[in-house]
Amino acid sequence: MIIEKFAQIVDCCERENKSLAACFLEREVELGDSDQASVLKRMERNLQVMEEGARQGLEGVESFSGLSGGDARRMLDYSQSGPPLGGSLYFQAAMIAAAVNEVNAAMGIICATPTAGSSGIVPGVLLACRDALKLDRRAQLDFLITCGGCGLLIGNQASLSGAAGGCQAEVGSASAMAAAALVEAAGGSPKASGHALAIALKNLLGLTCDPVASLVEVPCIKRNTVGAVNAIVAAEMALAGVTSKIPADEVILAMGSIGRMMPVALRETALGGLAQTPTARKISQMLQGEGKVDLENL
Amino acid sequence: MTLFRSLFDIIGPVMVGPSSSHTAGAVRIGLAARSIFGQQPEEAVITLYGSFAHTHKGHGTDLALIAGLLGYSLDQVEIRKAYQLAQEAGLTPRIHLSDEMTEHPNTARIVMRRGDREHSVTGISTGGGLIDLTEIDGFNVHVSCEEPVILVFHRDRPGLIARVTHILADEKVNVSQMEVSRKAKGETALMLIATDGEIPERALKGIELIEDVKSIITLSALKREAL
Repeated sequence: MIIEKFAQIVDCCERENKSLAACFLEREVELGDSDQASVLKRMERNLQVMEEGARQGLEGVESFSGLSGGDARRMLDYSQSGPPLGGSLYFQAAMIAAAVNEVNAAMGIICATPTAGSSGIVPGVLLACRDALKLDRRAQLDFLITCGGCGLLIGNQASLSGAAGGCQAEVGSASAMAAAALVEAAGGSPKASGHALAIALKNLLGLTCDPVASLVEVPCIKRNTVGAVNAIVAAEMALAGVTSKIPADEVILAMGSIGRMMPVALRETALGGLAQTPTARKISQMLQGEGKVDLENL
Repeated sequence: MTLFRSLFDIIGPVMVGPSSSHTAGAVRIGLAARSIFGQQPEEAVITLYGSFAHTHKGHGTDLALIAGLLGYSLDQVEIRKAYQLAQEAGLTPRIHLSDEMTEHPNTARIVMRRGDREHSVTGISTGGGLIDLTEIDGFNVHVSCEEPVILVFHRDRPGLIARVTHILADEKVNVSQMEVSRKAKGETALMLIATDGEIPERALKGIELIEDVKSIITLSALKREAL
């Protein structure tokens, strides 16, 4: 059966007394004409790519445009000088999200989750929380499976592309996926995962895609940090018993409908918003000319 | 509409950044073009349209297309050095930017040459690294590269389609999709056949031998990600 709605997967979990990850994995095996071992093996490779991306980003990278890179490294140095004000786990999630997305901007290797532009959020949440939750390797793969399953429900009911739905469809979706998976990893119920998904996505509804000079750098990298932290906030609220008054599927449909109403200028075309600020225009001109941004002379 | 089927459509592909549509999709267009040419071209004239034309520098779209033409997959960091690799491999890429309006914002046309052989391919990047080929050698087509395809260039004659499908039936090849197009009545026509599995060599030979068949090109399915 093709599962289209979050409510359906919750029914399936409750009826068969299974986790979201177990239901999504079963479905993948059925539809994908594959077996569990090969799905897990493929997911393991994706996890390794995320770990390697975080490592590279924290060492420090620079994008070809010169517009981004080095912020994750700055954050790491800062956190080593004393405990971050907002708590080390939240900070780690933000820092790893930035690291992976900086690697993406620098043409490094990443795993799209669900897109390249939002590829920092899922690794940020998973790699920051796995030790605190004592997740073994299989539980980490389950985290990614739940993320993937939730992404399918969002993508097929709304959208996952900035060109179609704005940043809410990329960073919003990634954050919602990670929130649902984090609830499950922390021992919450499938219903609670749904609340986390709904809360995380609601918090980012309306987010536009207005990338400076059409590059996946500004504001994308910093949005990844917010997506990761938002996922943890939403997950903790759901674990505390907070519910979303609007059910997950309705929030997803609302995201799709907002995306369709969004003007084209705010959907990855760089014709509006941040992309048309005086500084952004200057950056575009520099790139057209020298192919590189001189940050000192902005 | 179910756009996404697999968990790996969401968690994946593993790719060189920064954009699934402008980088990963572009590599796949290059790979598809190379596969259609059947060997590495000596020269590739690449015309970028729309968003590809405006943002190719920042997304490495030109690098990605060239790397695809050289046979690199979307998760190889060598993509960054595509111009240098092209020179080493004896491929001369020429990038043109067009302000002509196209139906899809992410469009690239590649004309490949080697000796007196020449083939052209137009591809669009539809998102998430997925692509569609919309033109091959001047014929309008629709090839998603998700399954193997055979392109049969032939004289526009009655009964030819039946003869080709007869050979496929004899080899137990299941046709999943078929499209025919021609430039003018009685002239060269293109029959495009997508199949469930790879087409056996014997069937290809048989089709090539049909009178009025001028040439055939086979195009393997492109993997969604390089594993």
